[in-house]
Amino acid sequence: MSINDSLLIVVLAQAVLYGTPLLFAALGELLAERSGVLNLGVEGMMLFGAAVGYWVTQRVHGTDALVLVLAVAGAALSGAAMAAIHAFLTITLRASQIVSGLALTIFAGGLGLSAYFGSELRLGDLPATHQFGSIDVLGLRDLWVFGPILFDQSALVYASWVLTLLVVLYLGRTRWGLNVRAVGEAPASADAMGINVTLYRYVHVLVGGALAGVGGACYSLSITPVWVAGDTLVNGAGWIAIALVIFAFWRPELCLVGAYLFGGLSALPFALQAHDVTITPELLYSLPYVMTIVVLVVVSTGFAKRRLGAPAALGIPYVREER
Amino acid sequence: MIRLERRLEQPWWLSVAVPFGSLAVAFAIIAVVLTASGHDPGHTYRRMLEAGFTGNGAMSATLISATPILFTGLAAAAAFRMQLFNIGAEGQLYLGAVGASWIALQLGDRDAGSTPLFVLAMCVAAGVLGALWALIPGVLRAFGRTNEIITSLMLNYVAGLLITYLIFDSASYWRDVSTLQARAFPQGKPMPPGAEWPGFGSSVFVPLGFLIGLGVAAALWVLYSRTRFGFEVSVIADSPRAARYAGMRTRRKILAVMAVSGGIAGLGGASQIGDFTYTLDPTGLQGAAFGYTGIVVAALARYNPFAVCVVAVLLGGLQNAGFTLQGVDFPSGLVGVMQGIILFCALGGELLIRYRWRIRRRARIQADTGPTPEAAR
Repeated sequence: MSINDSLLIVVLAQAVLYGTPLLFAALGELLAERSGVLNLGVEGMMLFGAAVGYWVTQRVHGTDALVLVLAVAGAALSGAAMAAIHAFLTITLRASQIVSGLALTIFAGGLGLSAYFGSELRLGDLPATHQFGSIDVLGLRDLWVFGPILFDQSALVYASWVLTLLVVLYLGRTRWGLNVRAVGEAPASADAMGINVTLYRYVHVLVGGALAGVGGACYSLSITPVWVAGDTLVNGAGWIAIALVIFAFWRPELCLVGAYLFGGLSALPFALQAHDVTITPELLYSLPYVMTIVVLVVVSTGFAKRRLGAPAALGIPYVREER
Repeated sequence: MIRLERRLEQPWWLSVAVPFGSLAVAFAIIAVVLTASGHDPGHTYRRMLEAGFTGNGAMSATLISATPILFTGLAAAAAFRMQLFNIGAEGQLYLGAVGASWIALQLGDRDAGSTPLFVLAMCVAAGVLGALWALIPGVLRAFGRTNEIITSLMLNYVAGLLITYLIFDSASYWRDVSTLQARAFPQGKPMPPGAEWPGFGSSVFVPLGFLIGLGVAAALWVLYSRTRFGFEVSVIADSPRAARYAGMRTRRKILAVMAVSGGIAGLGGASQIGDFTYTLDPTGLQGAAFGYTGIVVAALARYNPFAVCVVAVLLGGLQNAGFTLQGVDFPSGLVGVMQGIILFCALGGELLIRYRWRIRRRARIQADTGPTPEAAR
């Protein structure tokens, strides 16, 4: 048995697989939060994106590549549509971002629109016809240690790396990125500089929703390509993604690290079961949730005084007349 | 041009008219959704009204659905009033159910006690366990400034896995292993007969839990509107900084409010065991999502305990109608969609309570820069 088949490498490869939806959703939430809007509806947007993506693969006929691109696009659009509700309520109507986000999760989630959509369109009746398979990039699949972890993944994984790079460059190296940061830190000053605060917030909340939708599609198109009613498909990943943004100090490159850490924790139970390691499964399943709490505690106690990275205007509606 | 101005005084009738107006708008939007997906909204609404409220035995079934969300709604309202977003009522209710079933089984093993003793013991055990579970995010928030939204939510999943473990994956005290069938298909031990809570009323069955919930609502109203504690909570909610300057002990308030909130949610778990299921049923508890519905209830009631009672019955009717009508022509997620839309409309309506519209004609603004056609006339 070569080292590439060992439990450690399997878990690491799975960590990347399971971390990818977290990465998409966390990057999306990060963009929304950097513009000053907290969106707690990530879980709901992911579930709806998963449902729509799955539906597209069932109904559209064509080559694998075409169908999957359309499915991801559909998931992104549906996530953005859900985010639009949140954007309208919180930016235009100045509603509480926390309550509106919770409402979005209930509305779009496993007992709401996703289930409605799934039961109306009979998603459970048909098997998945297209799904993302691993692509052997550069022929490095069998490379020692790194092959299975980095070069034997699906197109979604490679896309998430490109996306992370793009977000890093966007926020740090472009005029628009600078404006977003201004809008999130000091909307009144940004407004005085002539930046359209409302427009920036709308765009970033919508893009955030689109990425959450793509994150949800990672589950229904790649990790567990089935449709199940209820919220078991995403199972709290949206909330972990929100915690990841805090864990990453609102920096995209750190989201990558955090996503794979939590991806590993999510993948561990399945990998251990496959290797006949018997540990109480509930204990393993609860690991990502418990670790989220632990990580949040560590991050908030150690650094809270300096509030590293949190946009100053996060959660506060901007009203020009009341600044 | 439309301008929004903050109202200095909020007329009392607005806080009644706006929620009902929002509700009407929500039902209009839902009608559009129903029509778009090929259902007749009038027919669906009529059936829901009958299944939820007016039909034979509908009101009794509605109270069964309303009781748990009355508790979780009060739990959410208690915490949200202090801007403390405890969304862990779901898990706190599970823990309450664990505590209530434990004490009931213990008392049953000792052949002790009459029903009042059972009710009291179950409520105390459930309240204590629910409060302790809520104190985890409470302590983290008070002493570590850790975001309570995420920690309380993560604990919901942990609590769900805990009750699953107790029944499905271990030979725990709660699990029934008395018969061969029970060993093959895991289920909780049945409660002793004394632990079945009484109900009241002849034509409409009112479970004891619902009455306890009404009592808790009244107590919560007194606590928040008539005591120093309640006053300090509302100051902390409006301005944490002002509260600190006034020497109020914010940390203690956070802990107390979380404990109260978790305790109330725990009572909901006791009521589930004593009023309805008579056993610890992880699948049923987790499928019902009482905790999340409680957030909707609290937000629609604008965190007012008495309004929570009314809204809990309304949404209980909605859920009951959803269960009863579930089938081919009644889509399964409709109840959640309706709850979401109602909540969105209520949030939008909030704007009308806090602000008023001022419609200004463009002409008056342009008058500064030069004569307009209207001004010239």
